[in-house]
Amino acid sequence: MNIYACIKQVPDTEAILQVKDGNRVNEDNIKWIISPYDEYAIEEALKLKEKIGGSTVTLVSLGPTRVESSLRAGLAMGAENATHIKTDEYLDHKTTALALANAIKQDPGFGVVFIGKQAIDDDAYVTHIYLAEFLGIPVATNVIAFSYDNNRAAVEREIDEGARQKIEMQVPCIIAATKGLNTPRYASLMGIMKSKKIPIKTLTLPELGISQTQAKIRPEKLFAPPEKPQGKIIQGEPEQTVKELVRLLKEEAKVL
Amino acid sequence: MANIGVYIELKDDSFKKSNKEALGLAIKSGKDVYAVIFSNNTAPYSNELKGIKKIIQVTGDELTFAPDSYADTIAKIITDYDLTDFVGICTAQCKDLFPRIAAKIENASHLNDCLAVDLENKRFTKPVYAGKLLSNFIIDDQYRLFTIRPNVFPPLPADAIPTASPETVKFQLIKKDAKSKIVDVIRSASKRIDLTEAEIIVSGGRGMKAQENFTIIEQLAGILNAGVGASRAAVDSGFASHDMQVGQTGKVVNPKLYIACGISGAIQHFVGMKTSKIIVAINKDPEAPIFKKADYGIVGDLFKIVPMLAEELKSNQ
Repeated sequence: MNIYACIKQVPDTEAILQVKDGNRVNEDNIKWIISPYDEYAIEEALKLKEKIGGSTVTLVSLGPTRVESSLRAGLAMGAENATHIKTDEYLDHKTTALALANAIKQDPGFGVVFIGKQAIDDDAYVTHIYLAEFLGIPVATNVIAFSYDNNRAAVEREIDEGARQKIEMQVPCIIAATKGLNTPRYASLMGIMKSKKIPIKTLTLPELGISQTQAKIRPEKLFAPPEKPQGKIIQGEPEQTVKELVRLLKEEAKVL
Repeated sequence: MANIGVYIELKDDSFKKSNKEALGLAIKSGKDVYAVIFSNNTAPYSNELKGIKKIIQVTGDELTFAPDSYADTIAKIITDYDLTDFVGICTAQCKDLFPRIAAKIENASHLNDCLAVDLENKRFTKPVYAGKLLSNFIIDDQYRLFTIRPNVFPPLPADAIPTASPETVKFQLIKKDAKSKIVDVIRSASKRIDLTEAEIIVSGGRGMKAQENFTIIEQLAGILNAGVGASRAAVDSGFASHDMQVGQTGKVVNPKLYIACGISGAIQHFVGMKTSKIIVAINKDPEAPIFKKADYGIVGDLFKIVPMLAEELKSNQ
C-alpha cells in the first residue's frame, strides 16, 4: 500500500515564544520539531507498512525551506519518500489542505493517509477534515487505536466524556491521530544515515494548481494573554489551611 | 440586516447547557438569530429557544448525529438563509461537523475555540500554542463559521432574553450515505464529567506516586461534582489514562475552579488550564512553579490535605 503521513513543523513545546511584527512568532532561536500528533501519525504509518508487504510510507509537508529538517527526521524514523510543498506564504487551512490533497492525488494508488488531529502551533483541528473532504474519502478524528484488514480500517476514537467510539471504513481514508495511539520510535543511527541520501521531492503551489493563496483567515494580532497576579499561600497547620481554603473559595472567590 | 445561525447540540435528546452561551452571543449581536436543531419534536426546547427570529427544525427518519448528512444539511441551510455568521460550541461533535460544512461551501471559513468575537469587524480571538499566546484572526470570507470555548461567553440572564416565541420552519434532512460506520460506543464505567465542559476539575500529577492513589482525587471530585484530570507526568508514569491529560498535548480546560494536586506546574500543563477562573495548588514543594500561578496554595502533604479537604467540603454541604 502507498501509505501517507502529513506532518507540520512547529516550535518545540518548551520554546519561549516572542511576538514579531505584531502578528507572528519570532522564529530566531526556535528549535523546530515535528508536531507531536503528527509523530503518532508517522509511527502508525510505519507500523502499517511493516504489516503489509511491499508498502511504502511517503511524508508530505508544506512550508518554507526549514521544513526539510522535519522531513529528514521522519525519513530517519523509517519512511521511504518525502514530498515538500515549498512555500514562504502564510496559507489558511483550507488552502493548505487543498495543496496536501492535490499532492497526494498525484499518486492514484494512495491508501491510508495519517495526520495529527491538530498541530500544536495554531491548534486549528480542521486540516484533516478539509483534507478528507477534498480527497472525497472518510476520516476518523481523534484516533487512539487503529487496525487494518482486507482493505478496511477499524479505529477507536475518543469522543466527549472519555467515551470511545469504534468505527469502520473503507480504505483510502484519513486517520487523524491523537495521544494514546502509539509511542513514536526514535530514529536509529542507520536510519539517520540512510535518510540523508533520500532525495526530497519538491512541489510548488502553482504545480499543484493553486493560484489563489490570499488567506481568508489571517492573523491580525498575536499577543500574550494577561498574567494573573501572584496568589496567596495559606499558612498554618493542615486542618487550618483546609478550613481557610474552603472559606476563601466560598466567600472570596465565590466558586463554591 | 445580517443573519446569524446557532447550531443547537443535543445530547441524548437533552438540551446541552452550553447552547445558551452560543445563543446569548447571537442574541447580543443584534443580528437576526436562526437556531438550527435536529429533532422531530422541538416542543421540549421551546423555553430555551426564546428571543430569536426562527427555529430551523431539521426533521427526518434517522436524526442520530452523522457528520456527512448533518454537514450537507447545514451547508444548505446556511446558504438558503444567508447565515453569514454561524456559531456552535467547541465540542467533539462541532469540531467534527463545522470544518465539513465549511469545506462544502465555497466561500466559507471556519475557526475553532474562540474566546472573544467581534462580529462587526469579523475579528475572532483564539488561543494558539495551547494558550501561550492569543491571536486575533480576521475571517475575510462570505460565510464565517466558528465554535466558542465552553464557559467563556456568559449565557444571557432570563430577563435579558426577549420573550417572543420564534417561528419554526421545517427543513428535511439531506441524507448522505455515511462514509464510515459506527460499530460501537464504549462509555467509561464511571460517568465521568467531560473535562472541556467541567465547572470544577481536580487534577493529580507526578506527586500522586501511584495509580491507586487517584482514588483520593476521585473522592474529592465526587463531592464537588468535578471532572478528574492529570498532568502529562502522571499520564506518562501510568497513573492516569491519557484522555485525562490536561495540557498542551492533552485537553485545554476552562473550569471556574481547578485544584492541582501534586502537580509542579510545567508550562506544558499550565497552558492547558491557565484560563481557569480560580486555581488551587496543593504541593509539598514550596518552590513548585504552580504556586506562582495559583490563586490559593497549600504547601503540604497532599495525601493528608486532599482527604481532609474532601471531609471539610462534605461536612459543609
